Formats: sequence, C-alpha cells, structure tokens
Amino acid sequence: MEHLQININDFDDELSPFDGIDHTLTWKDEPLLKVRRLNKKYGSGCMLCESEHGMSEKVNRCPNCATVWAMRNVSFDLYPGEILGIVGESGSGKSTLVKSLYFDEVVDQGEAYLQAYEKQDTNIFELSNQQKRFVRNHLMGMVYQNPLLGLRMNVSSSGNIAEKLLAADHRHVGFMRARASELLNQVEIPISRMDEAPKRFSGGMQQRVQISKALANRPPLLLLDEVTTGLDLSVQAKVLDLIRRLQRQLGVAMLVVSHDLGVIRMLADRTMVMRNGRVIEQGMTDQILEDPQHAYTQLLVHSLL
Amino acid sequence: MIQIDGLSKWFDLHIANQMHVKPLRTISFDVEPGKFMGLAGPSGIGKSTILKCIYRTYLPSEGSIWYDSAVWGKIDLATANERQILHLRRNEISYISQFLRVIPRVTAVDIVAERLTARGVTRADAIEQVKLMLQRLALPEKIWDAFPATFSGGEQQRLNIARALISQPRLLLLDEPTASLDYRTKTVVLDLLHEAKKNGTTMIGVFHDLEWLKQIADDTVTLDPSVHAAPLQQV
Ligand SMILES: Nc1ncnc2c1ncn2[C@@H]1O[C@H](COP(=O)(O)OP(=O)(O)OP(=O)(O)O)[C@@H](O)[C@H]1O
Ligand SMILES: [Mg+2]
Ligand SMILES: [Zn+2]
Repeated sequence: MEHLQININDFDDELSPFDGIDHTLTWKDEPLLKVRRLNKKYGSGCMLCESEHGMSEKVNRCPNCATVWAMRNVSFDLYPGEILGIVGESGSGKSTLVKSLYFDEVVDQGEAYLQAYEKQDTNIFELSNQQKRFVRNHLMGMVYQNPLLGLRMNVSSSGNIAEKLLAADHRHVGFMRARASELLNQVEIPISRMDEAPKRFSGGMQQRVQISKALANRPPLLLLDEVTTGLDLSVQAKVLDLIRRLQRQLGVAMLVVSHDLGVIRMLADRTMVMRNGRVIEQGMTDQILEDPQHAYTQLLVHSLL
Repeated sequence: MIQIDGLSKWFDLHIANQMHVKPLRTISFDVEPGKFMGLAGPSGIGKSTILKCIYRTYLPSEGSIWYDSAVWGKIDLATANERQILHLRRNEISYISQFLRVIPRVTAVDIVAERLTARGVTRADAIEQVKLMLQRLALPEKIWDAFPATFSGGEQQRLNIARALISQPRLLLLDEPTASLDYRTKTVVLDLLHEAKKNGTTMIGVFHDLEWLKQIADDTVTLDPSVHAAPLQQV
C-alpha cells in the first residue's frame, strides 16, 4: 500500500498505445486520513505486554498484569470518498478506534493525519483542545449505535442540527433553518416533522436524524459505529441504502464499523478485520469475503456468512 | 492487451484441518486487444478461478497478469495495490458473473446508470442510454423502476450484462453470462458482445455452451486435467 507498484519504466519503449499521455502524473491518490500505530490500553501495562511480541494475538488482556489492550498498533489509510469497513467480533476494538479518532477517547500512543485539515502534517492527537474541537465540528461527523449519544432527545430535530451548525460558528437563524430542512430532507425526514424531538421518532428515524446532524457542516469524513444494529431488517435496509446514496452523492469518506458482514459487503469498498485490538487483515471487500488469507478471517467469513 | 504468465492459485484453508486446495495449476496465455479469448474445459478445472484472479476477487498465488491499462500502461494485476484495482474496476475492467449482487432499494435503471454517473455522465444522459440498453435486452419496461431483489434469475442476469456493457469497458470478463437466458435473449447478448468487440473491448469468457462460444471467440484456451504441469492447450 505504501508505494505504487507500477513498473512503467520497464516498458518505456512501449508506452500506452492509446493516447501517449503519461497518466502516472495525473494519478493522485492521497489518503484523506492516515492512521499509524494507534495504541489504547486500560491498565498500566507491564514488561511483558509492552514488548512488541510479548502478548499472544489470541487475547487482548495481559495474562501478567491484566491490562486490556483495546487497540494495538492499528494502522490504515482512508481515501477520499471511499467506504472502509471495519469488522470484528465484540471487544475487538472497533468502537475504541472510531471513538479515538473523534476524540471521545484518549489514545496512549499513535498518530493520525487528516489531509483536509490545514495542519496536514500535525498528528491530530497532538492538537490543542480548541483545534480538536475545530476538527470535530468541521471535518468529521460521528454516528453512534446508540442515538442517545449523538442526539439530544428532547430538543427538536432542527435544533439538534442547529447545535452542530452553531458549533461551527453559524449564527444566522434563517440559514440554519434552511440548512436543517435541506439536511432532514436528504435523509427523508418529512419537513413537517423537523420541529419534533427525536424521542418521538422510531429507531430508524433517529438514526437518520443522527446522520443528518453528523453531516451538518459537510465534513469530508463520517464515522459510523454499528448504526444499523438493533434495527428491524427492513429498517436496516433503508438506513444502509441511505448511507450508500449519501456516499455517492456527497463523496464523503466513511469508516463503517459493523460486526455484520452483510452490512460490510453492501457498503464497503475495502475492509479491515480486527481482532483483540489488532488489524488482522485488510483488502478489497470482495477479496476479504471470497479469498480471506488469515485463519481468523476464514473462520469469521465461514461462520457469519 | 493481457498477458497471463505462469498464473496459479491455491487456497490455504487454515480451518478444516489445514486444507490446501489448488484449483488452478500453472497457466499462461495472451489476449490481443479487441479479441475474445474463450476459456473451456470440464467443470471444476479453474475457469472461474482465472477470471476471479484477473478481477482480483482472488489473490493470485503465483505468476503475473500483465494488463495494458489506459491510465498507467502495463501493470501487473497480480501485484497491483487495492486502490489501483478499484480504479481499474471503476474505469476499465468489468466482470459479468452469473449472479447479480443485489442492492436493496436501488431501482434497475439506477443500478445500471450508476456505472455512467460514477464517471461523470449526467443523470439524464445516463438514464437515456440505460433505457436503450434495457430495451435491447428485452427487460420488461414495467420493472425498470422496480427493485431487482425480486427479479427472476434471467432478469437479474440481463441487468448484470447491461451494467457491464453500458460503460464500454476496455476489458470484459464473462463467467457464463447467458446461463439462465432463453434463446432469443442469448442472441441479443451475443450481438451486444459482437458490438463491444467492434468498439475495441477485449474479452475473456466462459460459456458452458461451446456452440455459443465458437460464435464469438477468436481463440480458446482449453484447460485439461490430464496435463499436470501445464493444463493448457492453445487451440
Ligand atoms: N473503560 C474501559 N475499561 C476497561 N476496558 C475497556 C473499557 N472500554 C473498553 N474496554 C475494553 O476494550 C476492548 C475493546 O472494546 P470496544 O468497545 O472497542 O470493542 P468493539 O469492537 O467496539 O466491540 P462491540 O462489537 O461489542 O461493540 C474490550 O475488551 C473492552 O472490554
Ligand atoms: Mg462497539
Ligand atoms: Zn501486562
């Protein structure tokens, strides 16, 4: 993944016969988000588990000091406009990963770089609190499995969106209302209900309001943690559909966390498999599902498909 | 256009007592631009495996697949990175399998149109083209705006074909594209494939019906189980 494996120079007497243009120059493929060696532990750690190969991949709790390693050297790239699926069993560290990126959790070590941010070369975990708030409000959106975490249940849907717009320094009431109705319309919430509080909505509708709130400031990156878990199958299909459509229409890149391979199959261009806080395997989604390389992924695919 | 050199594929199944499955022994063949290469041989010999290796749904175990791309010139699909493969799938390489990966709640027209809009064609223009294509494939007009989840096997397959051909791919991989179609529709598909060929599309295809294969293929690779080292005969 680090470098392009094009050996165009091996064939330079035989340039592409079609237009003679060296397209290697126009092939720009810069990640939107680069994540490097993230670590998150609960506990103090010890000599055994702190050392690179000290702990078995089969556990996330140190047998010596009982520290839980929720993330262990997690690295990956996310490209503009793509959907990267993150799949793994319960406790594998998927939520920890997206929460860390959204600054809901504090990582112990590791780096992440956001190309959409003016400080592209600064590790976002080393930003000031004010800068982190800027990144959170302008450049990322988060959709939680539990709508209670993402929404104020007693505040109107339009008010929920306005809150996000205010955080990005919008003050004009007319603009905020117009934007709220545009966003709610995008997620198929009837405009007539924009002043209703989410607590009166069904689970599927709440998730849609959450998605529109996350998109309020047109971030280039959306983080979604098990957004369809717990919904009825038909409601699930609608929400997944919506996510797919938004990604096509808005070109927003997404990290989609799910333990459901069906969700991953439907949404993700590429997929990353996590286990015990580690990235076990990553690849194109169809390849991960049809030709998984790692023993664990093979088990996962065969037991869950 | 494509040079396959010493390609083989095996699966190491770590579950089920470390099974080692080798559906494809070493194979090599070339396909010239704008030609149709047929793949023939008994069931289970690895025809689909070859196609899936080229499309990179399978990771090739050995060998190289040199493909002459419009963007980069020659590139080895066996070792290209995922981002490159995804780019090629969006812009150059299409694959028609026997099954449609059905997406709930996207209409038939939109599933096909998506291939064009993803490349910047306006929605109106895309839909115009899609309708012409669906008409030719005799997909009943009343289901154009329906969700394909409920379509019959043959209807889904026609949609698959429309989806792959609409974008005039540079390389088209076909895995039994006409398996569940009636005689008349098969003929239409064959016409469309001939047209695609005229427009310069290079194709590699598996047809279980050799009579049909003969009508479109310029050349055929027959995989032979008895030839151990190189199960290959260029006919
Ligand atoms: N505050 C905490 N204290 C101790 N351990 C924690 C804490 N939060 C999370 N963990 C542990 O970190 C590991 C990763 O948890 P995480 O919530 O990221 O898993 P997940 O992959 O999202 O699982 P699920 O699919 O169940 O949501 C788990 O072993 C969990 O028990
Ligand atoms: Mg979780
Ligand atoms: Zn320890």
